[in-house]
Amino acid sequence: MIEINNLTKSFGDNLIWRDVSFTIQDGETLAVIGKSGCGKSVLLKHLNALLYPDSGEVVIDGQCVFDLDYSELRIMRQRFGILFQGGALFDSINTFENIAFPLRYFTNKNESDIKKEVEKALEMVNLKDAGKKPTSALSGGMRKRVGLARAIILKPDYLLYDEPTSGLDPQTSDEINELIVYMADSLDITSIVITHDMHSVLSIAEKVAFLDDQKLSWFGDIEEMKKSEHPPLVEFITASEYKIKA
Amino acid sequence: MNALKQLGQYTLLLYQALRSVTEFSTYRQNLFSEFVKIGYQSIPIIMLVGIFTGAVLTLQTAYQLDTDLYPAYIVGSIVAQSIIIELAAVISGLVLAGKVGARISTELGTMRVSEQIDALESMGFNSVAFLVIPRIFAGILMFPVLYIIASTLGIIGGLVAGAADGILPAAEFMKGGRLFFFPEDVVFGMLKSFVFGFVITSISCFKGYYAFGGAEGVGNATTQATVLSCIYILLADFVLAAILL
Repeated sequence: MIEINNLTKSFGDNLIWRDVSFTIQDGETLAVIGKSGCGKSVLLKHLNALLYPDSGEVVIDGQCVFDLDYSELRIMRQRFGILFQGGALFDSINTFENIAFPLRYFTNKNESDIKKEVEKALEMVNLKDAGKKPTSALSGGMRKRVGLARAIILKPDYLLYDEPTSGLDPQTSDEINELIVYMADSLDITSIVITHDMHSVLSIAEKVAFLDDQKLSWFGDIEEMKKSEHPPLVEFITASEYKIKA
Repeated sequence: MNALKQLGQYTLLLYQALRSVTEFSTYRQNLFSEFVKIGYQSIPIIMLVGIFTGAVLTLQTAYQLDTDLYPAYIVGSIVAQSIIIELAAVISGLVLAGKVGARISTELGTMRVSEQIDALESMGFNSVAFLVIPRIFAGILMFPVLYIIASTLGIIGGLVAGAADGILPAAEFMKGGRLFFFPEDVVFGMLKSFVFGFVITSISCFKGYYAFGGAEGVGNATTQATVLSCIYILLADFVLAAILL
């Protein structure tokens, strides 16, 4: 379980959000939505202490991540897999090596086991034959899939997705959404998805957190969101051109 | 205020690097590839720098001392000593600030803005140990080797240029070179190149590691890394000369 308590963050004089609090239960899929620049990705990077807040805490299984020393933090971070917006693939090595990278450094697996695990991960993201490709030869959708394969290779407890469908065509976006649902179901993983794509939210999310006006403007489950009359949320959904039938 | 903040960040990065030195398994592989990139791949440019510096210095010194007041071999003394004490280390350092420093800051800056460094950290990886330590180590270990190459070829370049131009026979050049050759000058030159290796790689790592703002940010980081490296090379050169000579 991840508890976010009274989190406040600013960069210099620029307040990003204040007093954000919500809880993510194990096994849930939460979508964090909001306009571009509202600090969704900043919030995501607080969950495993890639960024530190001005005040507040992120508590994972009773332990505040900001209280951990660097060696404890590195162990905790291995419980997270992150799919970054652009994939964040290491461009000096090929696709196979990108996925094998965490296995080589954090496990004692031999080469044949690493090969098996990487091939299995590639198969899960429908990129069975892409292992030898240099990352520069991958399309946007493929980069996200490879990033996802790398994120799940150490079997994390929490999977964080930063704008997984941004910049993708509708068909590829649907495939990524299906993958997110598949990962959550097959790996019994807790997922937090940062997005402003309402189609994606309706496909994958169980809970929704809406950031607006430098605060957590609304939080609830997907069915509540469909019925909500909270004006900023309704405006955001309407602007997304998706008519939600209650 | 901003300069103080930068100094603090730079010091913290070095402190974190120092604390991570024991994580050899994290940076072992990168260390060898950096030896190749910083050392081996810089040899051609360093050879050129060495040869032409020595050759030009010989021709100019001979031109300036074209009088019967000094013996001809004194040109060899001046050229060899200038190269060993000053020019091989400083000119190589300035050239490598461009070649090595720019590569390091661009590489790390691109990794930063494309979230590759975040990806490393999010896996539980010590990104400083992985990216910064091997580059600094390779710099401080390979620069003295490059200095030896530059000084050797500088002296050879001077010798050949003098003989080819007919202004100074090779034997005279060698005589002059030997006359004022002190081994401690070589040690001093190596110490300089060791310091320059640290200056260039640490500043470039710092600028790249904390780059922000997309392609423009990486460009700015690279420019700053190169300019600052050059400035601190000249400053370190002066300080070392004032203290040790």
